Amino acid sequence: MIKLEGITKSYKMGKRDLVVLKGINLQVNKGELVAIMGASGSGKSTLLNIAGCLDRPTTGKYYFEDKEVSRLKSGELASIRGQRIGFIFQTFNLLSRISALSNVELGMTYSGGVNRQRAKEALVKVGLGERMNHRPLELSGGEQQRVAIARAIVKNPSLFLADEPTGQLDSRSGEEVISILLSLHAEQGTTLIIVTHDASVAHRCQRIIHLKDGEVVAEENV
Amino acid sequence: MKKLMGLLGSVWGGVITHKLRSFLTMLGIVIGVAAVIILMAVGKGTTQSVVSRISSLGANTIFVTPGATQQSGGVRTAFGSASTLTLEDGEAIAANVDNVVAVAPSSNTSVQTVVGGKNVRTMVTGVTPEYQEVYGITLAEGNFISADDNNSKARVVVIGSNVATTLFPDSDPLGQTVRSGNYIVTVIGVLESSGQSITGSTDNAIYMPLNTLQLLGGQLRTKNGDHVVSTIGIEASDAKYVSTVTADVTSLLLDRHQILDSANADFTVTSVDALLSSVKTITDQLTLLLGAIAAISLLVGGIGVMNIMLVSVLERTREIGIRKALGAKESDIWAQFLIEAAFLTFTGGVIGVILGWGGAFIINKTGLFTTVVTPDVIILAVSVSVGIGLFFGFYPAWNASRLEPIKALRSE
Repeated sequence: MIKLEGITKSYKMGKRDLVVLKGINLQVNKGELVAIMGASGSGKSTLLNIAGCLDRPTTGKYYFEDKEVSRLKSGELASIRGQRIGFIFQTFNLLSRISALSNVELGMTYSGGVNRQRAKEALVKVGLGERMNHRPLELSGGEQQRVAIARAIVKNPSLFLADEPTGQLDSRSGEEVISILLSLHAEQGTTLIIVTHDASVAHRCQRIIHLKDGEVVAEENV
Repeated sequence: MKKLMGLLGSVWGGVITHKLRSFLTMLGIVIGVAAVIILMAVGKGTTQSVVSRISSLGANTIFVTPGATQQSGGVRTAFGSASTLTLEDGEAIAANVDNVVAVAPSSNTSVQTVVGGKNVRTMVTGVTPEYQEVYGITLAEGNFISADDNNSKARVVVIGSNVATTLFPDSDPLGQTVRSGNYIVTVIGVLESSGQSITGSTDNAIYMPLNTLQLLGGQLRTKNGDHVVSTIGIEASDAKYVSTVTADVTSLLLDRHQILDSANADFTVTSVDALLSSVKTITDQLTLLLGAIAAISLLVGGIGVMNIMLVSVLERTREIGIRKALGAKESDIWAQFLIEAAFLTFTGGVIGVILGWGGAFIINKTGLFTTVVTPDVIILAVSVSVGIGLFFGFYPAWNASRLEPIKALRSE
């Protein structure tokens, strides 16, 4: 599915270079369920952003579905994001001025066109069939995250990336969100990478990758 | 197509979320477009009414006025103020120039005319019978000045319709007497209301036999005793003779005034055609000037659009990040903001057209100015406003499209 070879990422911070990733080698196979763990600042999110074609590595090679994509033009990266990748963020990243349904439809705008019926089905699937016309601020955090999941589902992506999806949720709604994500994997065999602090979440995945200071320090199979 | 619908949805969402702001942005364009349309309509209307007034005189009419037109160097005598043209010049033209149907010398004096307690102060014009033909005068009742009236220096007047209603609000003016200056004169005719004359509205005119006016008004004479007049109107037998008649009149008068070089002529011969084209040039320039002034307000409106779009992009940085994460290309973001700007200005333009059109209509109704709204001005105004949206929206939209997705997502 994806393969990272010697990926590094550094940012310019004034005169110094801030190195966030120091040569990551990683492979995730199709249909795998992988957790990435690590302390804050260990480079988890940066790694996920590179995997999701939201960011480019400074050096190294990134193969997405056997294609080297790290040097592609921004438009080509955008269409990979639109067609192949579903993102779920810690902060949900919904547009607050439009309804849940419109937010889900927004997910389709840049990937093949809006299909209202499919958007509704996706919301039903995450248990929000009754709340389609509510705006994000009228929904609880867990519900907002489920809208975000529905927004990713409608695109039918080959890779799901979740960046601390339960980070801002209480344990009950966090559990709802995680079980929806896990059921996606179980039912459809979706490739899923979850970045998390929560060891109990990580242990429900097939493989855990531990990051520290921008390097993979351990990998364990669950 | 689906993509376009999605795009329009995004644009509409952006506009509707900030109703007041969108409205204020539009307002700049609305005012600009309305100003362009109203001012252009006033300009064009004025052109049209002046042109139609002049044209009503007929293409075969020629005027001789005292004083020179602009010459290179030397002091120019104020147009129409010199006392170089005489009744005798008119008679000579009638006698010597071919293809002339009528020659109408006339002279003006400002006099107060009184009946009972009512009075009007207007220009009294001394005329010969030919005046009616040359200036295209139509009467509502009675008769115009006749040759007999002029020869006998009869104390009679023909009055305009406004003068008639002012002096005789509830009686027939025909046969009644009025006091004009220090003399008692009888009304023998009333003009039809027209408002069509080169010297302003004939509705306020009072005509008197030229000889009578010379007698009563103490008219000027030249050194050799000729009677000074202010204008000589000439009607050629056909429009095709206008240029030859103009040339003949010029050479005859140069001869009579003993001027060798035509550059020093103390009179001006103008045909309606020449007058028309010079008036048109002036009014067209005036229209252009009015349009340019209005265009400045449109430009200011456009800068307002740019300002708002820049703010809007800043404010929606996170939204742009989300859209990019969902797969929006630079061109998608660019198009969204550009269309939003164009939508604002287009809507503003359409509202501006409606307001401008209405404004022009109302101005026309008040009678202050004649206004003419032409389709080309409307098309121009709307397309210019959309163009302004595209032009001033370009930079903000480009800014938005260039945002890096990660940075945009992190912004608050």
